[in-house]
Amino acid sequence: MSAVPNSSFNAAATPAMPQTVTTRSRLNPKFLPLIATISLFVAMATMGSVLYTGFFSAQVFLNLLIDNSFLIIVAVGMTFVILSGGIDLSVGSVVALSTMVLAALVEHHGWSAWQAIPLVLLMGTAFGAFMGFLIERFRLQPFIVTLAGMFLARGLCYLISIDSISITSEPYSELAQWRLPLWEDASLSLGAVIAIAVLLAAVFIAHNTPFGRAVYAVGGNEHSAALMGLPVRRTLVGVYTLSGFCSALAGVVFTFYMLSGYGLHAVGMELDAIAAVVIGGTLLTGGVGYIAGTLFGVLMLGIIQTLISFDGTLSSWWTRIVVGVLLFVFCLLQRLLTHRASKRS
Amino acid sequence: MSETHPLSAALRHRLAWPLITLALLLVVNTVFNDSFLHIEWRDGHLYGSLIDILNRAAPLVLVSLGMTMVIATRGIDISVGAVVAIAAAVAAWMIGGSVAGTESRFPMPLAIVGALGVAALCGLWNGVLVAKVGMQPIIATLILMVAGRGIAQLITDGQIITIYYKPFFFLGGGYLLGLPFSLFIVAAVFAALYLAVTRTALGLFVQAVGINPTAARVAGVQSRRLIVAAYTFCGVCAGIAGLLISSNVKSADGNNAGQLLELDAILAVTLGGTALTGGRFSLVGSVIGALIIQTLTYAIYSLGVPPEINLVVKAVVVFVVMLLQSPEFRAQVGVLVRRPGVRGVQP
Repeated sequence: MSAVPNSSFNAAATPAMPQTVTTRSRLNPKFLPLIATISLFVAMATMGSVLYTGFFSAQVFLNLLIDNSFLIIVAVGMTFVILSGGIDLSVGSVVALSTMVLAALVEHHGWSAWQAIPLVLLMGTAFGAFMGFLIERFRLQPFIVTLAGMFLARGLCYLISIDSISITSEPYSELAQWRLPLWEDASLSLGAVIAIAVLLAAVFIAHNTPFGRAVYAVGGNEHSAALMGLPVRRTLVGVYTLSGFCSALAGVVFTFYMLSGYGLHAVGMELDAIAAVVIGGTLLTGGVGYIAGTLFGVLMLGIIQTLISFDGTLSSWWTRIVVGVLLFVFCLLQRLLTHRASKRS
Repeated sequence: MSETHPLSAALRHRLAWPLITLALLLVVNTVFNDSFLHIEWRDGHLYGSLIDILNRAAPLVLVSLGMTMVIATRGIDISVGAVVAIAAAVAAWMIGGSVAGTESRFPMPLAIVGALGVAALCGLWNGVLVAKVGMQPIIATLILMVAGRGIAQLITDGQIITIYYKPFFFLGGGYLLGLPFSLFIVAAVFAALYLAVTRTALGLFVQAVGINPTAARVAGVQSRRLIVAAYTFCGVCAGIAGLLISSNVKSADGNNAGQLLELDAILAVTLGGTALTGGRFSLVGSVIGALIIQTLTYAIYSLGVPPEINLVVKAVVVFVVMLLQSPEFRAQVGVLVRRPGVRGVQP
């Protein structure tokens, strides 16, 4: 049922751990998908470094973080939702709506970033809370509620404007161009820094707070969690609220990245986020999974794209096919694991 | 709830709301557009807004029928949009042909069979993942949804393939006896499915699997085979829809063909009164649901509202329908409605 809280970064630090059955006595099979993901990531990174010149550089790997910072943030929110046994299809649309509102406020109404960003974050949080309320209060299916939320947020984008609004405000572009210098000429963007902060906060929330443990418990078995006296209803509303907040934050980071608001931004991001969470080893039935896994899930999607762009001969649609194959493999792996676990018990 | 004569009694009741919604939409359309109900004979076929709606709704109706069967078994298929794109791509590639429009790479029947075969394979793949491997339906079909558009683009080589072969256009744009040919295809699929679920025990088995898979299996229903069949059927329906769409727009676009169709189909099934939790289903309801969506789209266009607003309206419709279907919500509203009456009695 609920996962034992422990620092999942310990697992992340030992990617070379063998995954054979002989080590099963020491190795909890729960970690297997996570370890598989990390090993595969390391393998792909090694392969890229061997095959392509210029691949093995700090900036290429930092770019994985920079180019996927918004996806990391969205996927973190999605991880909590999936851990609780639900799903959130509205994230991509909420990202788009956030970019749109932000761009409209800054460009058309002359708001400063410091006024606009908190409002957007509040809006996304409220949107998530509203969906969570519907799901929890009326026992509606998360799939359908968030599907309607997806339509709604996308439609609201077009109510603001059908065209893309580019952000030309000087202070805003300065924010977007800000870089955190690391060593030599390697650097991180503001978005990536925010993403890392979100990740760390999420790991803390998931493993060290009552809310995080309640999420695991509710995802493991809602009835047991209720019988144990855990605040099931508050937790359920909480995960969707959190996901809404993460989506809005990702929208803010997206505007740093694109410097524009557009109703067609982040189309299909919900799929990428779900794929990243699954590849990261979180069970879709809820209750089992790690934030760190999600990070590697996103990085895996990123490195596939990087490999394909480095290769140059493969077309962009191969990304989707490879992601589909990966999803298949990991779902199969999860299935085998849960099957074996249920046989043993 | 009477279980002895479920179909005749329950269908009428359950279809009441979808029918009222559809009628309301038709009234709204008529009020804002005088010539809406007008149908005339032009160029050797019937011509009018209603015919247009029916013709455009055809792919959605087909996909909704397939989706109904899948949802009835407690599943969901979110890959139908991708399957539409794959089928369209296969058909376009196999027909190919010159600009002259008289020859095709393979004979057209072969191209149609090929496209439908690939679509059936896609459905079979989903079915096997759900029934044999035991994955959650949404995830099993998510795999094909993600990879499917990539595969479609692989077939079309990332291009939008234009089809020049004229006989192929008949499928989605031709007329038979004055009516769009696509309507005949839809009618044929619907009739076959309707007969299969009402005249044989198939409908009962599907409901049994949807209501309680374990009990159904214990009672001797071959639930796994049934589930695989439902997904395969859904794939074939999406394949036919792909043929209709590609024939209608005379091209195949791996990236955009059937975009968001899965969501519209699920919406249509829900609007038609089939609960997403599986079990009891209504084929007629799904057809009406699909027509509601198409009429809604038409109304939005004819009212001069930007088409993008469509999404907001759809969202509101989904929220309302969902809440109406929720027993908790109905109980809540029931309490609110009853409360004043109770107060009125007491003094």
